[in-house]
Parts: sequence; structure tokens; C-alpha cells
Amino acid sequence: MTDAILKVKDITKTFPGVKALDKVSFDIRPGEVHALVGENGAGKSTLMKTLAGLHQPDSGEIVYQGKTIQVAGPLDARQKGILLIHQELSLSPELSVAENIYLGAWPTNRFGVLKKRELRRNATAALEALGCGFGPDARVGTLSVAMQQMVEIARAEAFSANVVIFDEPTASLTDTEKDQLFHTIRSLKERGVGIVYISHKMDEIFDITDRITVLRDGQVQGTLDTSETDLNQITRMMIGRTLDTFFVKAKEEFGAEVLRVEGLSKQGLFRDVSFSVHEGEVLGLYGLVGAGRSEVVETIFGVRKADAGTLYWKEGEIDLPAARQSIDMGMALVPESRKEQGLVLMMGGRENTSLPHLRLFSELSVMNRTKEMAVFEKYRSALSIKTTGPDQPVSLLSGGNQQKFVLAKWLCADPKLIILDEPTRGIDVGSKSAIHELIADLAEQGLAVIVISSEMPEVLGVSHRVLAMSEGDVVAEFTGDEMTEENLIDAVSHHTQQVAAE
Amino acid sequence: MSHASSPMRTGSALHIALSWLLRNHIWVFLALTVLVFSLASPYFLTLNNMGNLLTQGAFIGILAIGMTLVMIDGEIDLSVGAILALASALAIGLQDHMGVWPAVILGLLSGAALGFVNGTLVALSGMHSFVVTLGGLIGIRGLVFVYSGENALMVQDFSYTEIPEVYLGPVSLTAMIFLALALFFQWVLSSTRHGRETYAVGDNIEAAHDSGINVKRHKIINFTLCGTLAAVCGILLSMRLGTAEPNAGKIWELWTIIAVVLGGTRLQGGYGSLWMTIGGVLTLAVLRNGLRLLNTPNYVELMVMGAVLVLALALDKLLNHREGS
Repeated sequence: MTDAILKVKDITKTFPGVKALDKVSFDIRPGEVHALVGENGAGKSTLMKTLAGLHQPDSGEIVYQGKTIQVAGPLDARQKGILLIHQELSLSPELSVAENIYLGAWPTNRFGVLKKRELRRNATAALEALGCGFGPDARVGTLSVAMQQMVEIARAEAFSANVVIFDEPTASLTDTEKDQLFHTIRSLKERGVGIVYISHKMDEIFDITDRITVLRDGQVQGTLDTSETDLNQITRMMIGRTLDTFFVKAKEEFGAEVLRVEGLSKQGLFRDVSFSVHEGEVLGLYGLVGAGRSEVVETIFGVRKADAGTLYWKEGEIDLPAARQSIDMGMALVPESRKEQGLVLMMGGRENTSLPHLRLFSELSVMNRTKEMAVFEKYRSALSIKTTGPDQPVSLLSGGNQQKFVLAKWLCADPKLIILDEPTRGIDVGSKSAIHELIADLAEQGLAVIVISSEMPEVLGVSHRVLAMSEGDVVAEFTGDEMTEENLIDAVSHHTQQVAAE
Repeated sequence: MSHASSPMRTGSALHIALSWLLRNHIWVFLALTVLVFSLASPYFLTLNNMGNLLTQGAFIGILAIGMTLVMIDGEIDLSVGAILALASALAIGLQDHMGVWPAVILGLLSGAALGFVNGTLVALSGMHSFVVTLGGLIGIRGLVFVYSGENALMVQDFSYTEIPEVYLGPVSLTAMIFLALALFFQWVLSSTRHGRETYAVGDNIEAAHDSGINVKRHKIINFTLCGTLAAVCGILLSMRLGTAEPNAGKIWELWTIIAVVLGGTRLQGGYGSLWMTIGGVLTLAVLRNGLRLLNTPNYVELMVMGAVLVLALALDKLLNHREGS
């Protein structure tokens, strides 16, 4: 067994309020592809940024080529031979390919004058070594995403990197581009480069990696040889057993059908999705990140366009709606990233609550503050939101209280169907159970509720029925006694292995 | 994949010229305005008038060089007009006490120092440069009034005003300084590490930072350069006029920004060059000079300039859209 080229020993990194990394240790050997997996917030990115010099660890050490090193900054990491390929590419679109490969480390004489010929020659060599089909002079902004990624990978050649870290490299690639990327990764590997591969896509991980390290809540759960493990085991390690929380389930009193979806498809995201949901019913949608859950509900809501499929609203066929219409019909979507999509952070709770329904709160475009205040007070007490007043900027509230305002803003329009995408992600336990109770309340008041979650106990605890999604397919549906973690894991992992086998 | 770059390698001279023009459309616009005024006034296209025009344009031009650097960084400097006034007041006010050249050097240093302060505040506080330099615009102007006692300062020794009276044909020393500085900084932008950093910082500051570029130091340098160039402009102006008005250079920062934007440098940063800025500066100078030759009333001049600015930017959108597709 070869010696590790890079070893991380007991690294701890704390951000205000969060222990992002807790005594993390792992190692990378030359010529291996080492996967780093974990749910969002498990600490993968923090770990990678620490290696790339973007964060400094609080304690612990990094041993590189047998020596303990400090990574002072990103340029230092690159010059030492540790290269991070960002998920959102770190390039300057107006500069040329050659200038981007050497971004910040251009060859110059001692007066800071560029050695343009040397720059171009070295860049050409790096591009040719990778077999890129484009030259060093093209402006990066004119290249496709896959080509831009190659520009970043060319830095590995240019700086003779020994360790290359890929953060979700296939997120925006087509299948052909992905194959090319894997080809490149394999050729880097053959030359003895140690590769860290971060991805949510399990089929890729089993396809290309040699070992897998699982992170959860900032701690390493274990490192396994890819050939000696399976998806089932990895998924268990990633998700773990959370403490049993008390879940309230709404009474099973279903009314008429509210929404039915038939054969909804969108190329590359999901295929042939069909289901229905009734008044008073909580439907769970389970799947790992990347399974296509959010994309399905965004399509139903009208934020995305579908390729095929039919929607029935209260048993009548409707055109796939645009978001404005779906709100008017009585649909509400509470998105996953509430900071980006759900709330205007500088505004107070009152203004945020009325934002999607300004028409309800205004006469001749003039806002009716009394009405706004009444609604604000109603939801503040109903959801027991902790805020100092109607105008306290929501940016100052905790994640749980922010989430409650997001709910309030959709509830005050009296929707018939409410879709909650990861409603309890990143919020404290207390607020979590408040939101679980609220979900049960809403269903008992006759709303149809769809809950998306990658937390198994949650989705099983609050739902009457659960659909399991994987790789864009609905792979199973469970009700009653069949709703167990075992069944969900089996359904998802079985399907992923099938996809990988194809 | 290969076709993405092949036109650049195999392109004919014509193709290269065309794509240069597309990115520097302002020169087309400039040629058009020159053509129009040549037809409209017999006095326009004379060597003498061209020389005057260059000299008139050179002042905004020198300011525009620094502004271009700062704007490619994605920042803005509204204080250049006030810095100009201070440098000009110091150069004239101090020369009785310490002699001409020490006063001039102190004037230059004052510009560099204020630029440094602007840059440091922007880089270290995280405030937007619009706000910081807006403060500079007002505060420094106040300082000028305090220093000059609200009066115009006059030179005692009139040989000071003869310093810039050096001509190469019709081209004045002021115009030559402008062109030389513009060429020098174009070389800095295209051929030095600092120049690459400027584009990288303005284009994608995250990427620049992640690549180990010291973004803060870099911005401080460009603001310092911008302040110094404003002082150069102020000193040349004081030599030309022989007086330092406390109101000198008022709203010149706006004309400067107009010239730079007219040239095609992007307000958000990351894109632009001094070729473009020279084009913008000259276009502005041609318009002002031409309209005056035609005895256009001042307010009509302003209306025309406003319309031209919007038109030129519309042309920019149109051409760059075509280039993009």
C-alpha cells in the first residue's frame, strides 16, 4: 500500500455557533480517487476549503508529502500542488484561457511585466496534455461550462498538482461532457495525482472512486473501500440515526383530490412522475439531494417548464401553470433555500408576510397597514414566532423563526395545497417540532400538504404516504406499516445500483 | 470545440480590424462625429482647431485614465474633480513659499495621498466606493475652500504659465502628456501583472481572491493612481490658467465618467481599455468643440451630449449583442 500524499489529522474548525469540522482525519494516496460524501452541512466544503487555504483550521494538522504544512492561502495551496476545482467555477470570463490558467500567478519579470510568450507556451502545453480542443487565446466567457471546467483542470497541469479536489464537478455537465471529465480524472489518476471527489450523485461515486469517506455533522463516520461497500451502507452512514423525535401525524380524514400529476417529465431531471394528493393528506417525497424532488415540485408550481405530463387541479385538467397562476389557484410552494427565494431579509416580518399578496392588502395600490398588522399578529401568535416587532428585519431572526414567516406568507392567502421543500433544514430542534405540529394542523384543516425531506424520520413521521425518488424516478410508494426506514433505503439504493449498472 | 478559437488564429487582417472595431465601436462613432462637424463648419477640420481640441480634451482625458483603471476594478471615483482643485490650489498657493517645483510635487503628493485614503477606505471598510468618494467629493472641495480662503489664487510669477507652452506642431505639451500617460497605462493594463489583476478583480472578485490576488492592496494602488492623475490634471490646469479657482473641476468627475462609459468600459468592471477611453474622451471633446464652433447655446449643447451618451451606449449594446451571438 502506498503512503498517503496528504494526511489530515484531527482538524477542527468552528464557525460562530457551529462546529463545522470536529476532529476530522482522512488521507489521500497518490493515484486514488477518494470520495467525500455527506448530506448538506456535513462539513465537506469546509474541509475542502481548509485544504485549499480558504479557511484556517482551529486545531489539527495537515501533513503533505511527509511534512506538516500550513496552507496560508489559495495561491500557496496551488503552488504547493493542492488544487481545488470549485463547483461554481473560479474564472474571469473576460480574460483569456491562458491568463485564467495562471490567474494570480502569471509569469512576470521582476518589474511585474508579463512574460506573454512564456504564459502562452506553458498554457498551450497544459491544454495539450489534457487533450483540450481549444487554444490558449480564447476568451473564457465564450467557452461552454465543460470547457471552462477544463480550464480549471488545466491548472493541475500548469502547477504540477499532486492533489486535485473536485467539488460537485458534474453538477452542470451533460452526459457526454461527464464521460470526458471522467476520462480526464482517470488520466490524472494514472499519473499519480491524488484526487478528492465530492458529489451527491452516488452512481458517479461508485463509478469512479476507490475509497469513500463519509462525513456527518462535521465528523468522519468512516472510510471504506468502494469495492467493499454498497450504497445501502453508505446511505446509512450519511443519514445516521437521529434521536427519536416525537412526531405528530394528522388524523387520516381525506377529502376530495386536490392535485393529480400524470407522466410529468423533464429531460435530465426527472421522468414519468405520477401521483395525487387529497384534502387533509400529507404526502412525503423522500430522496437524497439530486434525486429530482425539488425540480418536480418547482415544475408543478410553474417555476420550471416540463417536457411532458398532465396536471389535474381539483379533478379538472389544467395547463402547466406559471407561478402567478398557481398562486391564484391556491398552490403555495415554500422553497428550500429560504434566504435566496423565500424572504426579503432586510424587510420586517409584516412586509414579508404580505409580499406575495400585495393585492389582498392594498386598495388602489396603497397598502392597508391595519390589515397587514392584523395578519402579522395572527400568524405571530399562531406560529409563536419570536420577533421583537413587525418591522424587525427578518435577517436578525433565527432560522426557525424565519421559516415560520415563510410559512406565514404563504398561509395568509388560504392555499388549498401547500408544498414544503425541506421545511426544517438548518433550524433548531424546538422550531422543528413546532413546524411538524403545524403541518399536522394544516392537514386537519383540510389542506393538502406535500413535504419534501431528506431526513427519513421526519418524512416518515409527518406523512400519511411516502414516495421515494432516486435519480429522477419515483421508485416506490409506501403507506401504513410499509413506511419504514429499511424500506426507503432499500428502494432508493436498489434503484441507484440499477442505474449504475446500466 | 476547436472552432471556438480558430477564427482568431486564422483570421485575416480585415477580420482582426473588424473585431477590434466591434469592441472599440467608439472610434466609429468618433469618425462619424468628425465627419458631421467637418461638413457643418469650415473651421472644424483645421490643424489649429484639432490641436485646440486635443488640449481641451486632455484634461478630462487625464482624469479618465485613472477613472478607467478604477472602473475596470468595478469601482468608481467621484472625488477626482475635488482632488484636481486641491492640487491646483496647492501648486499655486505654495510656490511663493517654497518655489515652483516643490509646490508642484506637493500638489501631486496631495492627490496621491487622497487617492490612497479613498482606496484604503474602500478596501478596508467594505463601503461602496460610490459612497466613500462622494464623501471625498464634498469634503475635499470644502478643504479647497478653507485653504484658498474662498478666493481664486493667482500666480505671482507668470513664467509658471509658460511651462506647458511647448508645442509639437499643433499638439500642446498637455495633450502630449495625456497621450503618453494613456499609452503607458494601456501598456500597464495589457502587459503587466497589475493590469491582469485589474481585469481579474473587476470581472470575478471571488475568483481573483481565491487565486491569491491581494484584492485590497490592488484596489488601493488603483485609487492612488487615480488620485495622482487627478492631481496631474489639476497642476496642468493651474499652469494653463495661471489661477486656481476653488470651484475648478466642478462636475468634471461626471464628464470623466461619461467619457469612460462612452468609450465602452463597463461600469460593473472587468472590461474596458484605454483605447476605448481615448476614443470616448476625443468624442466628448469633438462634440463640445464642434457644437461651440456652430455657436450652439449651452443648454442645447447639454441636450445633445445627453442624447449622444444614450445613443452611444445603445450602439454598444447592439454591437456587443451581435458579437456575443
